[in-house]
Amino acid sequence: MTSTVAAPPAGALPGVKDEPRAAGAIGQTRAGWGLLTPFLVLYLAFLIGPAVYGLVMSFFDGSSVRSGLGPFAGLDNYTEALTSGDFWSSMWHTVLFTILTTPPLVIVALLLAMLTDRIRRGKWFFRLVFFAPYVMPVTCVGLVFTWMYVPQTGLFASWLSALGLPAPAWLADPNWAMIAVALMTVWWTIGFNFVLYLAGLQDIPRELYEASAVDGAGPGAQWWRITVPLLSRTTVLVTMLQIIASLKVFDQIYLLTAGGPNYSTRPVIEYIYDVGFTDFRTGYGAAASMLYFVVILAVSAVWFAISRRRA
Amino acid sequence: MATLTVPEAPTRRAPAKAPTDPRHRAFTVLCVVVLVILAALWLVPMLWAVDTSIRPESEITTSPATWWTSHPSLDAYRQVLSAGRMPVWYLNSFLVALLTAVFAVVVCSMAGFAVARVRFRGRRIVTGLVLAGLLIPPQTLIMPQFQEFAGLHLLNTYWALILPSVPTSVAVFVFASFFSGLPGELAESARIDGAGWFRVYSRIFLPLCKPAASAVFIFTFVWSWNNFLWPLLTMTSTEVMTIPVGLNVVQDSYGIRYAQVMASAVLGALPLFAVFLIFQRRIVEGIANTGIK
Repeated sequence: MTSTVAAPPAGALPGVKDEPRAAGAIGQTRAGWGLLTPFLVLYLAFLIGPAVYGLVMSFFDGSSVRSGLGPFAGLDNYTEALTSGDFWSSMWHTVLFTILTTPPLVIVALLLAMLTDRIRRGKWFFRLVFFAPYVMPVTCVGLVFTWMYVPQTGLFASWLSALGLPAPAWLADPNWAMIAVALMTVWWTIGFNFVLYLAGLQDIPRELYEASAVDGAGPGAQWWRITVPLLSRTTVLVTMLQIIASLKVFDQIYLLTAGGPNYSTRPVIEYIYDVGFTDFRTGYGAAASMLYFVVILAVSAVWFAISRRRA
Repeated sequence: MATLTVPEAPTRRAPAKAPTDPRHRAFTVLCVVVLVILAALWLVPMLWAVDTSIRPESEITTSPATWWTSHPSLDAYRQVLSAGRMPVWYLNSFLVALLTAVFAVVVCSMAGFAVARVRFRGRRIVTGLVLAGLLIPPQTLIMPQFQEFAGLHLLNTYWALILPSVPTSVAVFVFASFFSGLPGELAESARIDGAGWFRVYSRIFLPLCKPAASAVFIFTFVWSWNNFLWPLLTMTSTEVMTIPVGLNVVQDSYGIRYAQVMASAVLGALPLFAVFLIFQRRIVEGIANTGIK
């Protein structure tokens, strides 16, 4: 995501050594564009093109039951979305999901990585256990958790009743459905952040621990004073990647609750899906997509600003 | 990130191992205990799925939340594989993921080579354009993309899944940063010998970029295999569904036959689980090196 191209800018090396300058420049230009052609054709046709077309669509009252863009609508789609209670509530559900998932997915991942890094034997086993769920298709994870969340007779309900606690109806209860989805998401995706933290831990010089141990620092103090601060770069990265990933939520919610009960968990992407593909209002759906895109862009801009300042 | 295979730091041991200090030893024991408990919690869903899948349906109905079974059997797997469409979905998922990954490696490595190694007019513009792709979440494009593929009559074909997934900006930058880390003399000496740029790419640079290529291949494969929203929209006929979309219909047809539902969940997760076991180090290093920096 954040790889940078480290090649010198064009023209930084005046007079390329191995060939006459003019002929070389023309040859390089032809070769460069030639090598890029397959990528650019697909990229423009299936990503940039649709992005531009989506922007155009958002200004028309299009419908998927008739062809073409439909009558021009100006900003009507945008004003309708911005004044729609359903749009805002779905936006809120996406944000709520992000608020519920980001802290545990960052903090627990950090804890798991620090614990795993500390033990001497069997690291591979813990890496396997915590990362394995991440490679599972979301549908499989959804099927398993739906089964565990069955009210009264499911595994979670039986655990809670064994502890003498009242078990909620999980996915059927509007107050618990989003929490249940968030729990599943933490289980499913923590491996990615965990691995990023493990990599960050590799970069901390061991001498720091040895020196502080000589100074009499206990293990808790070492974690709090050395490990956590030195991982702050990784923490920024993990947090920002996590916020952006959480803001894109659709799959889990669609599979576990289908946005219910009574739309209480419907995220904004499902709202777009509903208006665009169920109500056939493509223009309005495109406008809602653009508004959502602006939110993602704003978050990315914040991240860019932070990483710029730190660099 | 000069290379994608940073070797594991040799003989690196756990930090702060001071056996003389009892505090440190006690703390390590505590860490192991906490870690084992957390790992056990993380294993529960996987084990529970497998456990449910080998129990007879009648037993699940009478005592749903019990781990013990007196009659373990693989009947559920047999039924899912013979009656359902799992084999077809496996094939679809495999072909789509394979073709997407192969095309992505070829197309994006060429682009990455051009961006990193060829000084052509307009390179900055292209780099900016590719960079812009990092910011566009594919989820925001479902509406226009769907209309496009409907217009091209490509819905319910593999191409609907393959074509939009091949040109990914991340892959281009992974290749570009790998290529720009290779010594410049490689290209220069070949150019002096009269090799064209495409030959320089295909004969010299492509064979050297194995670490980048395998990272891009594995990630594209896994991502394609697990992709859900776009295949859900475009693959509406059961014959062409991939595993994640197909399993979504399974729940409706099996209803409360949980052994079969869990058997299909286990079967759906199995192939990528195997891929992960085989390529564990590559995958973990790939995340560490493309995510960080």
